Amino acid sequence: MRLKFIFGEVANGLRRNSTMALSVVLVTFVSLTFVGAAALIQMQIGDLKSDWYGKVEVTIGLCPENARSTQCAAGSVTADQQEQIRKVLEEGPVSDLVEKVYFESKEEAFENYKRQDNQGISDLLTADQMQSSFRVKLNDPEQFQVVSDAVAGMPGVDYVQDQREIFSQLFKFLNAATVVAAALAGIMLLTAGLLITTTIRLSAMSRRRETAIMRMVGSSRTLIQAPFMLEGAFAASLGAIFAVGALYASVRYVVGDWLKSSVSWVAYVNEADVMVVAPYLIAIAVALAGAASVVTLGKYTRA
Amino acid sequence: MIRFDNVSKVYARGAKPALDDISLEIERGDFVFLVGSSGSGKSTFLKLILREERPTDGEIYVAGRHLNRLSNWRVPQFRREIGAVFQDFRLLPNKTVYQNVAFALQVIGKKRHIINSTVPEMLDLVGLAGKEKRLPHELSGGEQQRVAIARAFVNHPPILLCDEPTGNLDPGTSVGIMRLLDRINRTGTTVLMATHDDEIVDQMRKRVVELKGGHLVRDQDRGVYGLERV
Repeated sequence: MRLKFIFGEVANGLRRNSTMALSVVLVTFVSLTFVGAAALIQMQIGDLKSDWYGKVEVTIGLCPENARSTQCAAGSVTADQQEQIRKVLEEGPVSDLVEKVYFESKEEAFENYKRQDNQGISDLLTADQMQSSFRVKLNDPEQFQVVSDAVAGMPGVDYVQDQREIFSQLFKFLNAATVVAAALAGIMLLTAGLLITTTIRLSAMSRRRETAIMRMVGSSRTLIQAPFMLEGAFAASLGAIFAVGALYASVRYVVGDWLKSSVSWVAYVNEADVMVVAPYLIAIAVALAGAASVVTLGKYTRA
Repeated sequence: MIRFDNVSKVYARGAKPALDDISLEIERGDFVFLVGSSGSGKSTFLKLILREERPTDGEIYVAGRHLNRLSNWRVPQFRREIGAVFQDFRLLPNKTVYQNVAFALQVIGKKRHIINSTVPEMLDLVGLAGKEKRLPHELSGGEQQRVAIARAFVNHPPILLCDEPTGNLDPGTSVGIMRLLDRINRTGTTVLMATHDDEIVDQMRKRVVELKGGHLVRDQDRGVYGLERV
């Protein structure tokens, strides 16, 4: 009886206040989409880090012929110099930090380049124009500086590059995007909270007669307040569900289909990640509606 | 049933008290008229009984409960012991007669079969049998007040508070309402009725309690509206 009554009142309230309820749905939808996007961007960063940091290597570029850099003024690296560098990496004090050393010859570099090249530039080059290098895989990528110090400045070394640096710009961009999304989400959430407060207030005002009679005949405070709370919670949750749907669709079709086919070597967030975020979004919606109800209802439906 | 011990109520600090040191006892089954001009403290008196307001001073006991010590969460349970009827009926305009009465039972969690058996019985008692499906605006003022009384009494509370129940009704209709209240009183229900209607008070010859400027100036068995007119 009571449950039926409560849900009947919720349905009535939503119908009577349908435009307000719709605006609550839309505002929570947009704000939670931003919240979810921020979370997914962070998850993407995490994915990329674990995926790439495992693969990244330190590249020790060896002096090519006709190099312009001062380190290579003496000309191309000699076989002896190359052997010295290998020794430092494999037998020197830093050998503990090194997991594997791989030598990439000019020819191999050229082959690798040709494979990745899809603009036909490789046709203009020859293997001799490429640069041979040591690819060093570290036990712990964080120890890059130590290894770098050990070999940088040795004769025949052109440059030492930590591949992580290539990604740091991307991560900076993604982090900035997170901040923007989170800031927008914050403003939208505030708006959503205020809007829910207003909606509940309007709803409570429009049902003053009912609640006055309910107080008079002695219904419990829970029964008086529950319909209003559930109304807000329902509208907000619906917004959250839409937000999950929007995120799911973007991950599936934008990231999964489009982005993956154009840039395929990156690990992307997937639908499962959206489902991880989803319960939190719904929880935020319910908490928001709950907080708004507590603020509003005390005043309008007191015993 | 209702007892006031030296009760005072001051709304704003320093203001003249709305009620000043009222002591009064109303027994089970009494029918009491509460009279006095506007601003005499009648409304405050009723609000204190309903625990819509709390006394500034003094003790109030209603239906076996000490209201000063009644915690907020017990108030709903307490209100089920009191039926209330108002001058403006306070019916829900979009609900039928039946639904208006049933509403009072629904919202205190009564089972459907109890509602289905009690509501027609109550509508019969107040003389509205056959008008269950009407909406309030399709009824006369007197009939609307009967619906309100049915709603107040449907849970058989031991106390019925009536605040100017005939205030919006013509004299003929008022007599019918008073007969109904008298009948309810004869079932053992304590009835306390605030009113301006001197004819009714004079006709009924019940106990009369008069307030004036927040003071209890008269408490008379089988009284009339104004002493000066006797």
